[in-house]
Amino acid sequence: MQKMPAWADAVLVPLISLLLAAILSALVIIGIGENPVAAFRLMVDGALMRSAGWGYTLYYATNFMFTGLAVAVAFHARMFNIGGEGQAMLGGLGVALACLYIPWPHWSVSLIGTTLAAMLFGAAWALIPAWLQAKRGSHIVITTIMFNFIAATLLNYLLVNVLRPKGAMDPATARFPEATNLPTFRDMFSTADNVLFRGTPANVSFFIAVLACVLVWLLIWRTRLGYEIRAFGRSEPAALYAGISPARITMIALMISGALAGLMAVNTTQGEAERLILNSTEGAGFIGIAVALMGRSHPLGVFLAAILFGFLYQGGAELALWTTIPRELIIVIQALVILFTGALDNMVRMPLERLFLALRRKES
Amino acid sequence: MDFTTLIQLLDSTIRSATPLLLACLAGLYSERSGIFDIGLEGKMLAAAFFSAAVAFLSGSAWIGLAAGIASSVTLALIHALASINFRGNQLISGVAINFLAAGMTVLVAEAWFSQGGRTPSLVGLARFEPIKLPFADQVAEFPFLGPIYAELLSGHSILVYVALAMVPMTWWVLYRSRFGLRLRAVGEAPEAVDTAGVSVIRLRYQAVIICGVLCGIAGAYMATGLQANFTKDMTANRGFIALAALIFAKWRPWHALMACLLFGFLFAIETRFQKIDLLGVTLPLQFVQALPYVLTVVILAGFVGRATPPRAGGEPYVKER
Repeated sequence: MQKMPAWADAVLVPLISLLLAAILSALVIIGIGENPVAAFRLMVDGALMRSAGWGYTLYYATNFMFTGLAVAVAFHARMFNIGGEGQAMLGGLGVALACLYIPWPHWSVSLIGTTLAAMLFGAAWALIPAWLQAKRGSHIVITTIMFNFIAATLLNYLLVNVLRPKGAMDPATARFPEATNLPTFRDMFSTADNVLFRGTPANVSFFIAVLACVLVWLLIWRTRLGYEIRAFGRSEPAALYAGISPARITMIALMISGALAGLMAVNTTQGEAERLILNSTEGAGFIGIAVALMGRSHPLGVFLAAILFGFLYQGGAELALWTTIPRELIIVIQALVILFTGALDNMVRMPLERLFLALRRKES
Repeated sequence: MDFTTLIQLLDSTIRSATPLLLACLAGLYSERSGIFDIGLEGKMLAAAFFSAAVAFLSGSAWIGLAAGIASSVTLALIHALASINFRGNQLISGVAINFLAAGMTVLVAEAWFSQGGRTPSLVGLARFEPIKLPFADQVAEFPFLGPIYAELLSGHSILVYVALAMVPMTWWVLYRSRFGLRLRAVGEAPEAVDTAGVSVIRLRYQAVIICGVLCGIAGAYMATGLQANFTKDMTANRGFIALAALIFAKWRPWHALMACLLFGFLFAIETRFQKIDLLGVTLPLQFVQALPYVLTVVILAGFVGRATPPRAGGEPYVKER
């Protein structure tokens, strides 16, 4: 017998967790001597009330959709990929190399090429931790953390010593050629007398992220591979008994995860910076953890949670601009969301289950 | 490389290894009891901030240390609540604690000191100053052994000696005390401990609190002994390296000391040399920086022997009915 109706499990539990995280965040804001209501109003105003705000919110949301999906796919195979950050960095390298060294005729063709490059590089960076997990039993969590650091130093080396154009001071590649510049929301949605999304980085990669959500849904719930991933995640011995190779599923799931994280770079590197810079990921790989937990590893949930975090990210930037609240507030909120929707899930779930059981008993 | 340089390098090794060692032993208690802890980093960071902040405000390094330990234990208790009482995922809880510490330290530092997420510099009694071991001055002139005693062993802050003393103490607790026997048992077979009438929850709470205390000392050492203030993200992944050292040491105290000294040596090389000339090839700085992480991966890959974690590690214990 189900203890709780499905809608409560999918909607009520995350919402209550979110509410708890919001209350604690408000207390933190009060604790540092600011007004939480005014802060929230400022965030809504800066992130949602103008098309310029939406341009940033959706730009960040694009990153978080990719990294959230990356974590979610690994979660389905009951693995915790904390390496999204490093995989996205390597994805950026793939995008940069594709943009700089291949003469693309048009942005649409280049987009196909860079998408493939980002996926390839991201998956490749997940390959070694995946292999170590599958064959040598090294814990995926620690190896992927280490690979984040190794990716950062590798990128640092390449940008300072190899890819930096002669005479340039900052560690970054040359600007990508004009033909690879992606159309922004401003180019797509503005009319002659009504300019929308002025000066914002949201670009066509948003639609790739939405497409990725749909494809991941199809993969997980409508394909044989997705079934195998879920079966493996539920019970390794049962999967083994059903003829599913644990090593194979581990490798494939983690490489899909890495490819999704790598895709983020199309948005940041090709869409926004139009060159590869140091720290282009800005912690988005980690926010993917909160997004996947919040979204219950379901693509629709990830989509909504990514937009929520896009709002928080842009709102947090507005706060840092207009008040004395530093941007790190967003890291605290992210931590609280991970804590309540992930680790303390049962704290919310257990009383709710009891409540629903009591309600049902009264009915019968 | 001459003798003086070597002594200086090893001296620096001890200093870099100290926070690693404390965090590593902290993880040892927690993981031996069956609670995985990737939140060592966050606990150290919180302790580093609160020890530096309170030491500055009170003017006493010892009060700072107490505050650091208190903050670290608070985070440890959140981890315990999530992973013992509510049977949550211990890895996710650890990740949350790391982010909580990373964000809160800067937020509170800004609110208290408005110096861009740092604390003001500590002077005098607000810091743990180096202490001289007895007769260090007299034997310094003595060839070979003199510098080893005077330069290498003497002249560290008290917390370094505390960390080193923790190694035999942990060994004794783990292998010679009743608490240690139960601790090892609860990480391997909690149901057996429960059957014997010993509370699993209570044992695990004790282990997690000890873990918090040790992480607190580690963080306090970084901010008030090694450095003279707190800076944003100052623990710089030491918590994760400590975790790797713990696996390398296969959850044993003396081996943990060796593993931490090895990683400390790598950090000492990184701080001292900008690049390394090896057989005519110049290795860039970034390569040296990546060394501890690459070494960790190689260790984890099991190329230096297989490490088996405590059997019940990461599994929440559900009492049978």
